[in-house]
Amino acid sequence: MHSVVDPLLVVILLLNFFLLGTTRLRAAIAGSAAQGVILGLLAALVHVSVGPRPLLIAAGAAFIKGLVIPVLLIRAMRDAGIRREIDPLVGFIPSLLLGAIALAVSLIFAQTLPVVPSQAGSLLLPASFATVLTGFIVLTTRRKAITQVVGYLTLENGIFIMGLSILEAMPFLVEIGVLLDLFVGIFVMGIIINHINREFSSLDTSRLSALKE
Amino acid sequence: MLFALVLIPLAFAGVAFAVPSQRWRPWLLPLGGGAHLGLYLAALRQSNLSALDGWLVLDPLGRLVLGLISVLFLLSSLYAPAWLALRPGRSNRVFCANLLIILSMITLITVAHHLGLMWVAIEATTLAMAPLIYFNRSGRSLEATWKYLLIGSVGIALSLMGSFFLAYSAVGSRLESSLLFEDLIRDAPQLSRPWLHAAFVLLLVGYGTKMGLAPMHTWKPDAYGEAPGLIGTLLAGGLTSGAFLAILRFFQICSAAGEAAFARPMMVALGLISMAVAGVFMARQRDFKRLLAYSSVEHMGILVVGVGIGGTAIFGALLHLLNNGLTKGALFLSAANIHRAYGSKLAAEVTGALQKVPISAALFLTAFFISEFTIVRAAIFNGQYAVAGLFLLMLVVVFVGMGATVLPLVQGEATPSRPDALLTRETFFNVAPPLAFMSLVLLLGLYIPPFVSSLLKDAVATIELR
Repeated sequence: MHSVVDPLLVVILLLNFFLLGTTRLRAAIAGSAAQGVILGLLAALVHVSVGPRPLLIAAGAAFIKGLVIPVLLIRAMRDAGIRREIDPLVGFIPSLLLGAIALAVSLIFAQTLPVVPSQAGSLLLPASFATVLTGFIVLTTRRKAITQVVGYLTLENGIFIMGLSILEAMPFLVEIGVLLDLFVGIFVMGIIINHINREFSSLDTSRLSALKE
Repeated sequence: MLFALVLIPLAFAGVAFAVPSQRWRPWLLPLGGGAHLGLYLAALRQSNLSALDGWLVLDPLGRLVLGLISVLFLLSSLYAPAWLALRPGRSNRVFCANLLIILSMITLITVAHHLGLMWVAIEATTLAMAPLIYFNRSGRSLEATWKYLLIGSVGIALSLMGSFFLAYSAVGSRLESSLLFEDLIRDAPQLSRPWLHAAFVLLLVGYGTKMGLAPMHTWKPDAYGEAPGLIGTLLAGGLTSGAFLAILRFFQICSAAGEAAFARPMMVALGLISMAVAGVFMARQRDFKRLLAYSSVEHMGILVVGVGIGGTAIFGALLHLLNNGLTKGALFLSAANIHRAYGSKLAAEVTGALQKVPISAALFLTAFFISEFTIVRAAIFNGQYAVAGLFLLMLVVVFVGMGATVLPLVQGEATPSRPDALLTRETFFNVAPPLAFMSLVLLLGLYIPPFVSSLLKDAVATIELR
C-alpha cells in the first residue's frame, strides 16, 4: 500500500512548491485542484479495506476540492478580470525558501511524535504538516483575495491528509459535515470576493485597510 | 428533547426564509427565542438528557452556557423588530434566518459530546455570522467581514487539526481512536502525551481565535466595530461563550489526563496578554464600538486566566461568563442606540449622550463600570501573587483607558447629530432589552438565585473532575 501512497504524497509536496512559486492565479487554482484530486485518491487507497464509506468520502472530497471549488474560483477570477498575483508581501523566491524550511520543520516535528507501527516511516504526517504550513505562508503573504482563498484551501488539504490517518475517529456524518462546511465557507468567501471586486474595483486586499488603530 | 432544542430554531429559520413579509418576519426571532427558552427550562427539569448514543448530552457545563445563550438571544431578539423597521429598504430575510441558524448551531455546540460534531457546529456559526457582519453593505463592513472570515477560518482549521491530533493521541497508544468526549475522558490517562500536548496547543490557539484572545484577536475590533449592535451582542456574548466552552471541554480532557499543569500556564499567559493588549488599545480609542471589542478581548482574557488559575477561581470565571454575556447585551444595544442617535461612532463626534438619549447613555456608562466590578468578584488567586499583581495592574490600565473614552462620550454638551442619524428618540423596544440585560447583571451582582448557583456549582464540579 505504501508503495503508492508515498509517491502520491511526494506529488502533493511538489505541488506545494508549485503553489508557492507561481504568479498566475489560474495555475495556483489548478494546483490546489490537483491536490484535491490526489487527496481523493489517497483517501480511497489508505482505507481500501474498510468498506464503501471511505470511498464515498474520497469521491466527495475529490469532487468538491477538485472540481466545484476550482470552478467557483475561476469564475470569480474571470469576473474580476485578474490573472496574476503581483507584488506579494514576500517575493516568490523567498516564499519557496520558506516552503523548504517548512518542509524541513515538518519532517523533524513528525519525527518527534510517536506513530503507530503501520505508519512508521510513512510520509503521511510530515506531508500533512508541510501542506498546512504552505497554506499558511500563501494565506499570509499574498495580496489578492483569490490567492488567499487558495492558501486556505491548501491549509485544509493538509488537515485532510492528517484526517486520513484517523478515519475511524471521524464518523461519516462528521466527515460530510466537515466537507460541507468547507464548501459553504469557500462559497461565502466567493460571494464576499465578488462584493470586494464591485466595491473597490480590485481584488487587492491591501485596499482593505480602512480599519486600523 | 435535545433534538428539539437544536431543530426548532432551525425550523424557525426555514419559516423566516419562506415568509414574504418584510414587516412580520423579524417577529419570528423573539418567537423562536421564546420557544428555545421554554424548551431549555423544560430540559432543566430532566437530568441526564442524552441522545444519539452519547453524541448529544446536556451536561452541567452545557446547561450553564445554553441558559446564557437562550436568555441572551431572547432579549436581543426583542430589540430586532424595531431596529429593522428603521431600515425598511433592506431585505432582512437572510438576517433573520441566519440569526436563528446561529441559535441552533450554538445550541449544538453546547450539547455536542462528539468533538468533531462540535467543530462542525462552531464552523457553521462562523459562516452564518459572515453575512450579518456585512449587513450594512459598506466598504468598511466588507473589509471587516473579509478579515473575520479569513482569520476565523484559519483559527477553525487549526482547531480541526487539534481535534485530529487528539484522536491520534489515542491511536498512538493503541486505543480505539474516538472523538467522543466520554471515551476521551475515560482513556485520558493512557493518551499519548506528545500528541495530547500538541493537540491542546492547537485547540487553544484555534478556538482562542474564535474567542478573540490576543494576539489572535485582530478580527474582533473590525467585526464588532462594523457589525450592527445586535450582532455584536451575539458575537461577544454568544459565540465567544461557545468557543470558551470548547476550550473548557479540552481542558477537561487535559486535566483528566493529569496534564492540567501543562495547560494552565498557557491559559494564564494568553489571558494576561489579552488583558494587556486590550488595556493598551482601549486608552485613547476614538471609536466607541471598537472600544467594546477591546473590552470583549479583556473579558475573554479574564475567563481563561480564571480557569488557568484553577480551584475556586473557576467558579469566579464561570460566574463571570454569565456576567460578561449579559453585560455585553446591555453594552452593545445601548451603544447601538447612541450610534444611531448621532449617526456616528467616533468619540470626537459624540459627546453628551446623556442629553440626547438619556437611558441608553446611562446604561452604557453603568454597564461599562459594572462589568469591571464584576471582574473583581471573579478574581480569586489562590496565593498566585505574580498573576494577581499583573491582573490588577491590567485592570487599572483598562479602567483608566476606558474612563478617558467613555466619560466624555456620555457627559457634557450634546454635539449635533449627523444628518443621517436614524434614531430621534428612545422607544420602549430599543431601551427595554438593554435595560433588562442590565437588571439581570445587577441581580446577579446582589443575589445569585439558588438554581443559578446550583448550575454554577455543578459546572465547576465537572471541570474540576480528576
